[in-house]
Amino acid sequence: MERHADQEFDELKQELVQMATLAEAAIGSAIQSLLLRDTAMAAEVMRSDEVINRLELVIDERCLRMLALYQPEASDLRFIAMALKINNDLERIGDQAVNIAERSLELFKEPPLKPLVDIPQLTQLVQAMLKQSVDAFVRRDTALARSICQRDDEVDALDEQVFRELLTYMMQDHRAITRAVNLILVSRHLERVADHATNIAEDVIYLVEGQQIKHNVLAELDKPASPPEA
Amino acid sequence: MSQPKLQVEHLNLSYGPFHALNDITMAIAPRQVTAMIGPSGCGKSSLLRCFNRMNELIEQARMTGRILLDGEDITQTATPLVTLRKRIGMVFQRPNPFPLSIFENLAFGVRIHELAAGRAIPQIVEHSLQAVGLWDPLKDRLRRSALRLSLEQQQRLCIARLLAVQPEVLLMDEPCSALDPIATAKVEELIHQLKREYTIVIVTHNMQQAARVSDATGFLLLGELIEFDATERIFTAPRDPRTEAYITGRFG
Repeated sequence: MERHADQEFDELKQELVQMATLAEAAIGSAIQSLLLRDTAMAAEVMRSDEVINRLELVIDERCLRMLALYQPEASDLRFIAMALKINNDLERIGDQAVNIAERSLELFKEPPLKPLVDIPQLTQLVQAMLKQSVDAFVRRDTALARSICQRDDEVDALDEQVFRELLTYMMQDHRAITRAVNLILVSRHLERVADHATNIAEDVIYLVEGQQIKHNVLAELDKPASPPEA
Repeated sequence: MSQPKLQVEHLNLSYGPFHALNDITMAIAPRQVTAMIGPSGCGKSSLLRCFNRMNELIEQARMTGRILLDGEDITQTATPLVTLRKRIGMVFQRPNPFPLSIFENLAFGVRIHELAAGRAIPQIVEHSLQAVGLWDPLKDRLRRSALRLSLEQQQRLCIARLLAVQPEVLLMDEPCSALDPIATAKVEELIHQLKREYTIVIVTHNMQQAARVSDATGFLLLGELIEFDATERIFTAPRDPRTEAYITGRFG
């Protein structure tokens, strides 16, 4: 049976997809600006975050209105609750794009420290995770969502590798410190984007299956209850 | 779960050729609110009426299976109905006070069941009215006709009338459907307080009400218990797609 609320659910979904597209583009541009040393592009990333912030408020407002008007239950309730969380993650991804742009502008003040190898690789991984988390949401694909959660460890390892390599640069030459710290921060911002993508993937699983997988919650719940005290 | 207050085992109910309840098995926990939801005609009121054997008033009604109250089968003809209905009381959709005074509405059952006599009766009346929050507003008007009370107060009085005979289980069949939202909220608050001492089974069409007041919820469809689980589970992530369709309004 078609309900008149269904249209509003569709509109909410479309807005989230739009939000995701903007967040993905912001990360893409921020990285491009870093690799191409493009100041104008970095400045544009910082300006366009305003659009993402405004859309976040629109989506929040719509979710609250839907909760109040439709008193949703079951999958409808999960959809709106997860929309609120995904919305928040996407907005934070937009913020990370701004952070990367800011680091880039700092980095452009000095000549390149070294050719970037690990960061572009990290970028590819993170962008793929972000894109797939959005795809998983749109297609309600829990298999894809689960594969994203597993890849978060790869990102953490790569981030750690970037840190260790740049640490050696700093130990060898103190003039490298500012640039190395900025690059470490870029790597950390990318790692955060992967965390947000993982959050989205976990939310997709809850949305579709009604099962919480965060923080190994299930493993905890499956443990037998401790025996009553004698 | 601790020993269930009511244990339903393979319960079937038919009215002549119509099979109203089909092989229902469920355990109702003590001192909890259990809500039964489902579309009209799904059998939820029929199930409620099995618990105090009200269906036996209907000709051609035939019940098989077992219902255990504290482990004791109450479907046997040997079970005295007067005692059963004292232990398992019922509140109906429309308040149905006796056309007597407020005091007599409460004292009536106490005398019938010989639970008290003489001076003990006013004490039970006071205690019962206090339990439903009617003592303060009505204590100076106990001799007035119960029919002059507002609908909400009448419904509270009917609940107090049950409490006066010291029941164990309260059955409520759409207890708020004749009440406005404020009166409904008050009765729901009362239900919440009553579950500290009583086991409550409530039938409601209002899903938000089931979500608000109950600890466990059962979904019935065409006489079958489709799903029975913690209320929180039913309203956030039901397991059966039919439950999902019903509570999200996509039914049919």
